[in-house]
Amino acid sequence: MSRIEIDLDKCSGCGMCSRSCPYQAFEIQDKKARWIEDRCTLCGACLTSCRFEALSGEMPVREVPDFSDYRDVWVFVEQHDGRFHRSGLELLGCARTLADDLGQRVAAVVLGNNVGETARQLIEHGADRCIVVENSALGYYQTCTYAHVLAKLIGKYKPNILLLAATHLGRDLAPRLARRVGLGLTADCTRLSIDPDEKILQQTRPAFGGNIMATIVTRFSRPQTATVRPGIMKALDPDPARTGDLIAEQVDMAECREFTKVLECVMHKDRPVDLTAAKIIVAGGRPVCSDRGIGVLRDFADAVGGEIACTRVVVEEGFLPPERQVGQTGRTVRPEVYFACGISGAIQHKAGMDGSRYVIAINKDRDAPIFEMADYAIVGDLFEILPALTRAVKGE
Amino acid sequence: MDIVVLVKQVPNTTEVRIDPKTGNLIREGVESIINPEDRHALEAALQIRDNTGGKVTVLSMGPPQAIDGICEALAMGADRGILLSDRIFAGADTWATSTTLGRAIRKIEQFDLVLAGRQAVDGDTAQIGPQVAEYLGIPQLTYVQKLEVREGAVIAERALEDGCEHIEAPTPVLVTVLSSLNEPRYPTVAGLIDSTRPRAPIEIWNGADLGVKAYEVGLAGSLTQVVKTFTPKGARNTQYLEGSPAAVAAQLIDALRKKEIRLGE
Ligand SMILES: Cc1cc2nc3c(=O)[nH]c(=O)nc-3n(C[C@H](O)[C@H](O)[C@H](O)COP(=O)(O)OP(=O)(O)OC[C@H]3O[C@@H](n4cnc5c(N)ncnc54)[C@H](O)[C@@H]3O)c2cc1C
Ligand SMILES: Cc1cc2nc3c(=O)[nH]c(=O)nc-3n(C[C@H](O)[C@H](O)[C@H](O)COP(=O)(O)OP(=O)(O)OC[C@H]3O[C@@H](n4cnc5c(N)ncnc54)[C@H](O)[C@@H]3O)c2cc1C
Repeated sequence: MSRIEIDLDKCSGCGMCSRSCPYQAFEIQDKKARWIEDRCTLCGACLTSCRFEALSGEMPVREVPDFSDYRDVWVFVEQHDGRFHRSGLELLGCARTLADDLGQRVAAVVLGNNVGETARQLIEHGADRCIVVENSALGYYQTCTYAHVLAKLIGKYKPNILLLAATHLGRDLAPRLARRVGLGLTADCTRLSIDPDEKILQQTRPAFGGNIMATIVTRFSRPQTATVRPGIMKALDPDPARTGDLIAEQVDMAECREFTKVLECVMHKDRPVDLTAAKIIVAGGRPVCSDRGIGVLRDFADAVGGEIACTRVVVEEGFLPPERQVGQTGRTVRPEVYFACGISGAIQHKAGMDGSRYVIAINKDRDAPIFEMADYAIVGDLFEILPALTRAVKGE
Repeated sequence: MDIVVLVKQVPNTTEVRIDPKTGNLIREGVESIINPEDRHALEAALQIRDNTGGKVTVLSMGPPQAIDGICEALAMGADRGILLSDRIFAGADTWATSTTLGRAIRKIEQFDLVLAGRQAVDGDTAQIGPQVAEYLGIPQLTYVQKLEVREGAVIAERALEDGCEHIEAPTPVLVTVLSSLNEPRYPTVAGLIDSTRPRAPIEIWNGADLGVKAYEVGLAGSLTQVVKTFTPKGARNTQYLEGSPAAVAAQLIDALRKKEIRLGE
């Protein structure tokens, strides 16, 4: 433990150390300085203050611990009623690349009740092994119960990397778990890669509403843990020929303290559209806020077999439901083709569609920012262009 | 019910830029505000206090200027403000931030409820609420859009992606709120004036007051490090299509076909 030493023979009681200290951690008594350990934060501000060299101390030096026994890339796969959340499959695709770069394995981790053999699907999607914990307490997500189980698994297996989807569940669970196990945690990543020299995980994420990107590393804790924005990473096509182990784990629930009680869960009636799975998206902005506007959009979407989507403005005006909103506070999509019709291209919208393979923008205003993010730019009135496109597609 | 509200001072815009020389965020000249969701957390606290009695304490970690947010919170009706400010707190990730806030809440001692925003508009992680709850060993309820207080418990409606759930948790409990929870009141002018008086109920705590060591907090106590920040740039090569609507439509279909994408199949 670091401390500050005062050589009383050299100390003149001049008080320079006390003046240099932000915390009143020195007292001058009988012309001698005294160090008050409780008030000291070991910030080191005093170390150069003494003109008589009476004061010395060694500050704690930070070292990167040896993590060589931490191996493998883990993906926590969300499941509801035996169905895996798409985000988990996307994460497996990404984990596969990371694990191959490291020469390590991919493990999918599933918690639930009655998961059984369905976990094989995760192996088809890229996992080398699948760790399944089944317990009646895990049928419905509760923060502390899930955190308990994952903490135990991490303690037993020592994974190198742990990825969770940045869904509501993932963003509730990951920080709880990280604080419990002592892990650094990067939020809402959109890109992950392995640093070729240090072999650590480079985690890139948007902050300030997508205006800034930050690349973050976790040198001081393992597993290197991140939540990943759904809809960004690409799931692998299932390969039935892939093989791997299913490991049924038991976790002692006796020490698990769950505080909360779920009273009721209300799901929206019609299963909301899944924009993240759409290959073609036809999105409209402010000018489609009319029955006619939505009609023009829908006609074209029907003709090309796409889904309609929109900006926040259209949701706020009540013309389309929130699950069709694309952007920072809506869905993140990466279709093959994204049509942006009458959309200005605000950064918050861009955050949700930037990963599209091809972007086609239709806008009256030649200077609209959306054109900067488009592969094909059409300057014109969407009420003329879209019907012309619909006709052209149908006439093929 | 005694309530602690976590409020963060954030820039009043997300249009921040990076200094091309230093690679740091340029924060000068940008006005600071209370993080929008934190105002909703504070409003919830004030309503509960007004109904059940008790005391509302606002707690903020930040540079000395963050006191402005505390003054504003007092002017909205909070009873006490505490600013955690120290050079050693600077550069904290959410691990170190939750250590610092957690220590301070322990020092406050008397609390039944901790309220926070779901997410701050600058760091954007939504990690602080759950991490502080775990630090304190109390339950957490995140994404809360309705909140009801009972004797020794709260009942919350949490937003899920495709629905919502109703959850009960015993106090003390930490709740992170969405802006749909309520409509925050405005600070009063008299309150703003009072909050800047020398006798305003504001305290400033440093690292020694919290009993932390420099290596536990701030950059030195962080488990993650930001190694690079940059402005995202669109890497697309924009091609303009011109002509009559029908001509443009034909060009587009043609161009996409060359990329092996057929519209309409
Ligand atoms: C915290 C926060 C979160 C947000 N989250 C989101 C989000 O998730 N998703 C989102 O979309 N927005 C979001 N926004 C809002 C965002 O900032 C923009 O306000 C919004 O995206 C603008 O929508 P718009 O492009 O439809 O409208 P506008 O900006 O009004 O643009 C309309 C465009 O249509 C063009 N136009 C008008 N008539 C025609 C016509 N007949 N033919 C062709 N072009 C025409 C105009 O030239 C203009 O460019 C968020 C904002 C904040 C502050
Ligand atoms: C570009 C960038 C990226 C970052 N990425 C990460 C990352 O991935 N992982 C990581 O661990 N850290 C990250 N950080 C650091 C992180 O922003 C800080 O730790 C910050 O102090 C708290 O995180 P937040 O703003 O994300 O808060 P959030 O968790 O989003 O805030 C939620 C709520 O917690 C309360 N709260 C948060 N901060 C304070 C405070 N200082 N005082 C009082 N109440 C508060 C408020 O009620 C707020 O509404 C990043 C910082 C930057 C600049």
